[in-house]
Formats: sequence, C-alpha cells, structure tokens
Amino acid sequence: MTGLFEVFWKELSDNFNSRRFVILFLLVYLAGIASIYIAAQNIRSAVDETTRYVFLNLFIVGGKDIPFSFPLFMSLFIPIIGIALGFDAINSERTSGNLSRLLAQPIYRDNIINGKFLAGLVMIAILIFSIVTLVAGLGLRLIGVPPEAEEILRLFTFIFVSVLYGAFWMSLSILFSVLFKKTSTSALASIALWLFLFLFMSLIAGLIAQAIIPVNQNSTVEEVAQFDTLYRMISRINPGTLYAESIQAILLPVLGTTSPTMMMIGIYSGLKPTPLPLTQSLLIVWPQMVGLIALTAVCFILAYVKFMREEIRST
Amino acid sequence: MSNEFVIETKDLTKAYGKFLAVDRINLNIARGEVFGLLGPNGAGKTTTILMLMGLCEPTSGTVKINGLDPAREPIKVKRVVGYMPEKIGFYDDLTAKENLEYTARLNGLAGNRLNDKIDGLLELVGLKDSRDQLVGKFSHGMKQRLGIADVMVKDPQIAIFDEPTSGIDPEGTDQVLNLINKMAEEKVTVVISSHLLHQVQKICTGVGIFSKGKLVASGSIDKLGREILRKGQFNIIIPIAQLTPQLREEIQKLPEVVDIISRANTTVVVCQDNICSKLEEVVLKITGLKLQMKVEEFELEEVYMKYFKES
Repeated sequence: MTGLFEVFWKELSDNFNSRRFVILFLLVYLAGIASIYIAAQNIRSAVDETTRYVFLNLFIVGGKDIPFSFPLFMSLFIPIIGIALGFDAINSERTSGNLSRLLAQPIYRDNIINGKFLAGLVMIAILIFSIVTLVAGLGLRLIGVPPEAEEILRLFTFIFVSVLYGAFWMSLSILFSVLFKKTSTSALASIALWLFLFLFMSLIAGLIAQAIIPVNQNSTVEEVAQFDTLYRMISRINPGTLYAESIQAILLPVLGTTSPTMMMIGIYSGLKPTPLPLTQSLLIVWPQMVGLIALTAVCFILAYVKFMREEIRST
Repeated sequence: MSNEFVIETKDLTKAYGKFLAVDRINLNIARGEVFGLLGPNGAGKTTTILMLMGLCEPTSGTVKINGLDPAREPIKVKRVVGYMPEKIGFYDDLTAKENLEYTARLNGLAGNRLNDKIDGLLELVGLKDSRDQLVGKFSHGMKQRLGIADVMVKDPQIAIFDEPTSGIDPEGTDQVLNLINKMAEEKVTVVISSHLLHQVQKICTGVGIFSKGKLVASGSIDKLGREILRKGQFNIIIPIAQLTPQLREEIQKLPEVVDIISRANTTVVVCQDNICSKLEEVVLKITGLKLQMKVEEFELEEVYMKYFKES
C-alpha cells in the first residue's frame, strides 16, 4: 500500500482546488437545475392518477418543445466529467517533470496510477451523488410528492450505474494519457471517440443491420423484431447505449424491456404494462452493468500495464 | 554496512536494440565520496543514473546500492537514495512548502517536526521568503534549489544529481554547488553528472569519464591527471626563474628526477615521485633559501580534452 493514500489524497485535493472542476461543477449544477425546472413544468401533463412512481417521473419527463431531460443531460455530461478527470493523468506528470521525481520516492509505481484512478472515482461519485440529491430535493419542493422506498432504491441504483459510466470514460482517458505524450492529443482523442460513439454509432449500427436484415413497410413483425435485436446488439458496442438502456430500465420500471420496438409491439397488441419490481428491473440491466464494469476494467488494465512497463526518462 | 563501497556496478550494460547506451561499466564509489560523472551529452550518464535508481532495468550486469539490487528491492533503495532528475519539475499549482510536504509524505514522514524540518530546508536553500509562493512562479534557478531541498527531505545516505546546474546563471550555479558541498560535509555520498568541468573539479573528489557508453577513466582528478597527462610523473614547481649550474647539477643527481624545464618565472622538475621535501633540502643547502615547493595541479579540462583527443 506504500504511497497509495498519499497519492490519493493529493489528487483528490487537487481535483477540488482546480478551476477546471469549479467550472464543471457550475455547469453541471446549472444544467441539473434547468432540467428539473423543465420536468416540473411538464410533469402534470405527463402523469395521471393511475401513474405509479410519480417521483421518478421527475427524472424522466422532458420538455414538450425542447428535447431536454435529465437522463439525456446525464449521458452528455458524464463522459465530459470522466474525460476531464483522466485525460492528463499521466502525461502531464511526465511533461511537467514530476514523474521521475515521484518515481524516485519509495512508493510502488502502480500506486501512482491507482491513486489517481481512485481519486477520480471518488470525485465522480461526489459529483453525481450531489446532483441527483439536488435534483431530488428541488423536485420534492416543486411537486410535493414524497418518494417511495423503492424509488429511493432506484435512484441509488441510478447513481451507481452513472458512476460506472463515468469510471469507464475516466479509465479510457487515463489509457490515452499513458499512450500519448501530449495532453492535448489525449484530450482530443478522448473527445473524438466520444463524439464518434455519440453521433455516428447508431447510424453505423443501423446501416449494418439494414444490410444484413433488410426491412421495409412490407416486412413482417418477426423480421422487424430480428432487425431490432441485431441493431441493438451492434449499438451495444457503444458504452453510451449500455448506459442509456440501464437508466431507462431503472427509472422507467413500467417498460419491462430495453427495446423500443418491443415496447411498440406491446402497445399495439393492447397489453397494459405493469411496473416491474426493482429486482426484475435489475435483472434486465444486469448484462449492461457487467458490460460497463468490464469495459472500465479493460481500459484501466491496459493503461496500468503500459504504465508499469514504460521506460522512465526525464527527457 | 561492512561494504567499503556504497555504489558498486559490475559490467553494467544497457542496450536499446543493437545500440549500447551503457557498455560494461564498473563503478566503485566509496561512502562519503563526491563523485562526478563526466562526458558529452549522450555518453550514457543519465542511463547509468537511472539504472542506479532502479528506474530502468539493466540489460546485463549488476548494480549494488548499499549491497541491495535496486531492480529487485526498489523501495529499500529509494528510501536511502535521493535523486534530482535533469529536467526537474514540481506541481506548479502548489506552493514550495506543499511540494516538499508531498515528497515527505511519500517517504512516510509526518508529524509536527516535519513542519520545522521543511522550514529549515527552505531556509538552507534560500527560499524561506518564497515558502508560500506557487512553484509555477519560480525561476529556473529557484526550482533547482527547491530540487535540492526535495532531495534532502528524506535525509538520504546517497544523493544523485543529474546535471544540477544546467541552464542556470553563474550565481545560481554557485549556490547549487555550495548546497551540494554542504551535503557532502554531512557525510552524504554524492554523485553528480555534468559536462561542466570547472564545477565538477570544484567539488568532486573522484570522477568517471564517459564516452560513447563506456567508462573510459575513473579515479581522483589528481591520479587521472598524472596517468593521462604526465604518464604517472609529478611536476614540482620551484619558484626560481634561473637555476644556478651548481643547483641544477645537484638536483639532477637525485635518482627520481627525470627532467628540468625552465618556465617564465619558475622552474619545473619532472620526477617519478613526490619529492618536494627532498628538493627543499637541496635548495636550502645550496642557496640558503627556504622555499616552498609544490606539485603542479591539474586542470580537469586538460585531462578531459586530452582524453577525447586521443580517443
């Protein structure tokens, strides 16, 4: 453990003191407040007396004219937070000349990268936890409906999955910070990858799925369902899809599936959806969560191995 | 601590592909010695230092620091060895004091006495007034001095400095060298790599000359000079411009004397051994003058230039 706590505390206090995070905090809070405001405006039209989990609806309901909701905002900001925490983890130490000085101290080399990762993880957890509680508190004030016990559990699960998603982006950008010598390169690489996955991944998944199983107006329900399964399989390469599916199942217990097509089929066949209990919702998103953990672990292990094997030269 | 040498390398080699950055180096540095690693850029000094610190693994050969292998037991070695890299950097958004505190904590130091110790070190390196200033605002020379304090925080038995004076002004250079000298006075074994000969000569007791990855010569400056420049002979200076024939004859009779050379204001006697006292006696007997003889000193630069001219 030599050195792990020292590196961890130093990184954590750095995170809190740097301007970068003051800006991030402000941005995240403003956007959080904006989304809860929009949700509160529209919640009356979205729920009726038969709706269960009114409180959870606060986190889902978007504006009528502006397509802006809390989950969308979270899936946009979490990657940015993760990248901001990791993109210069190792290469800034190297370019500033701190790395060789650090490595001359009696600590194990891996504790430098471990301490940085842990400090980043704690930072992400603090950010997400505080924004969710802020939004929940504001929502409670605005609509006056207290959450049920299960809703609180679901919110905690939501926080947990969000931290996982943040951890993935952080470990990916730490990997880039080990691979690239310049901080600007690693930041650009992380953001480019994020933009690619965010903007083009669903497009590409659709193209590939269409090429394998062509569907049109005359296609049967089975064909559409097959197309949908394939399309979702491909788009799950994108961790953002894993995250979106997870929060959908957690915050919208009424759906009972992660596939929009299946929902449409359900609605057209006249089935009245009943909300799933939490354990069943967890069962649905279990693969997604494991996928996120695995992706995080793979990125971090790659970064770890590369960092441990690297030759340390001051120049 | 039965070892005579605190730093010992045996056939130490580092290869990058076919290129030998360090080629079979045998270094022996005794406790309390101030040892200079000399050589042009790219001669393998830094690579050797990195291997001494265990920051880079030797291709073959061994390193022993206090009898320990730095590649196998890095933590134990790093506890007693302080290292100041060539391009030293600190956390720019922390103050001088906070930077030293971090190093101290990484070394497992804490408590009330640490505060006093850090203040003392900052005073020693002349940064007392800049204690709470952000290091980002420091000049290069100040950072270099902070680097020395950073090395001293852990009370090292061995301190290794890689080009400690590169890129700073003469005054700053003097300050840095004085600080290193102070460490040596406290019985710390010091290793300095440099290509600036005057500085090395000023503070080092022994030097090793590197060329193309090889250690081409090592030992005290005096010994090296004699071996390389005088083929093992001593030049003794007599402060007399012209020797009388009688005196010249008497000196020539001494068995150790090889040659007598006249210079502008002095006469140089080349001998096989250090025979200052014998010469003084002879001069006193013949001329009745009580004169002080001394062995001609060597400029490291001469040794160095000579060496690189020949090789």
